[in-house]
Amino acid sequence: MHGLINRAVQSFVSATYGQSCWMRVTDAADLGFTEFEAMLVYDDAMTTRVLDALCAELKRPRAEILEDLGTYLVSHPNMEDLRRLLRFGGDTYVEFLHSLDDLSDRVRLAVSDLRLPLLELREVSSSEYHLHCYSGLPGYASVMVGVLRAVADDYGALAFLTHEGQQGEVEVITIALVESAFSAGRNFDLGARKP
Amino acid sequence: MIEIDDLAGMLGTLCPMFVLVDGGGRIAQVGPTLQKLRPDQPMPGKDFLEVFELVRLRKVSTLAALLSLAGAKLHLRIKGEPHTALKGLIAPLPNGQGAVINLSFGISILDAVRDYALTSADFSGTDLAIELLYLVEAKSAAMEASRSLNLRLQGAMLAAEEQAYTDMLTGLKNRRAMDVLLGHLASGDAPFALMHLDLDFFKSVNDRYGHAAGDYVLQQAACIMVEETRNDDTVARVGGDEFVIIFKHLIDESVLSAIASRLIDRLRQPMIFEGSVCQISASIGTALSTQFQAPKAAEILNAADQALYEAKRMGRSRHCLYSSFLGQRVQSAQSQASPH
Repeated sequence: MHGLINRAVQSFVSATYGQSCWMRVTDAADLGFTEFEAMLVYDDAMTTRVLDALCAELKRPRAEILEDLGTYLVSHPNMEDLRRLLRFGGDTYVEFLHSLDDLSDRVRLAVSDLRLPLLELREVSSSEYHLHCYSGLPGYASVMVGVLRAVADDYGALAFLTHEGQQGEVEVITIALVESAFSAGRNFDLGARKP
Repeated sequence: MIEIDDLAGMLGTLCPMFVLVDGGGRIAQVGPTLQKLRPDQPMPGKDFLEVFELVRLRKVSTLAALLSLAGAKLHLRIKGEPHTALKGLIAPLPNGQGAVINLSFGISILDAVRDYALTSADFSGTDLAIELLYLVEAKSAAMEASRSLNLRLQGAMLAAEEQAYTDMLTGLKNRRAMDVLLGHLASGDAPFALMHLDLDFFKSVNDRYGHAAGDYVLQQAACIMVEETRNDDTVARVGGDEFVIIFKHLIDESVLSAIASRLIDRLRQPMIFEGSVCQISASIGTALSTQFQAPKAAEILNAADQALYEAKRMGRSRHCLYSSFLGQRVQSAQSQASPH
């Protein structure tokens, strides 16, 4: 599993539940180290052990934790860089949803060895969309539910998301868009660069 | 025939940084994004060369001269602050009606989006500007992650190198470090002395009081050797109870003998470990780089070794300086002592 994914889990746990919780998780997962490197690749089994240990530590189901991870990736100040990259997807939430078709290609342009599963947006009506998540990364759809919910807030859109589960070869997320300009949302300044 | 206004409308959609100039070189219309660069100074009505300057072809001052550049890549700059660099392409309109000049930011786009607060709506849908900005940010983030990994790896490498040259029990240099230094010195011009020091009775301390006592004695002996030598000298533990001390720029036999005597005196002092009295001593053999025409590391080590052998033969707690005569004697003694 790519270090960036492991690092995301580490960052989420440390920021949300504290460093001591992360230490207990790495200990229980028998990692032999406590810091994932973002630019190295690790054995998939390590990630699985970390997530299992985390579920046991928090006594919460995996899907729920992964959804929170998705929300964290977009909304936490630590992750401002990632939020900006996602906002390059479009000027509105609907444009962003359509840009998800290209997400795995965009990710690969930035980090060539990070392969994310294909996503496919199906427009049912102007207020209902289905996102098909192809396989390749267990739990990816759960993370995406959290991401989509947080990005909706970021654009100021009001949307209801439902993880419909596995349907054939894809996992399906339903996005019901109630109001695309519900609140002001957060600012996205194209030219904002880090000092 | 398409009307000029219709043309301007189309251009506004397709290339929002266009300039339409009339037959006299005056700006008729500009695209909305281009006007955004100078929001308080409407461009239409002004001379093209009043608003923009050509960077590489400063002499061009008429529309006719500009039109002669049709199809060529133009490098321009917008006058006034900020001096944003622009790239341009000029296409003449038929019948001397003027020309269309399409501009773009080129590499200045990073500054431009910041300076003019541009948004994705300011670029045409086919423009790769947004993708470029995305890539710059994504690659910068990835590069930053790689850079921080490199820094940590470099730190780990330095620590590992340090460890690889250190004897962990005593904190002295180890055999590998000594080999590297000696190889270096042997190939240089600076004279140096090499002492080979062997602890006497160390094995009996180990046998009687255990390894913890043995370790303690080694650490104390290491301390003594560091204290009795200069900062520039190198003290290395090269075997269980064997040490090598290298004195750079020191070949004075009387000074070396004095150091050896002090070392032996101090090492003979009883050491107390958890109530047990540990008694050791030391034998030392010394060789000088100047005793050889072209000293080789192995040669000097071997010479110090022979002197040490002689010191032990004379009854321990002794220091012996190598001499070529001694070398011959030791060699013959060794060959007699080991007939099998």
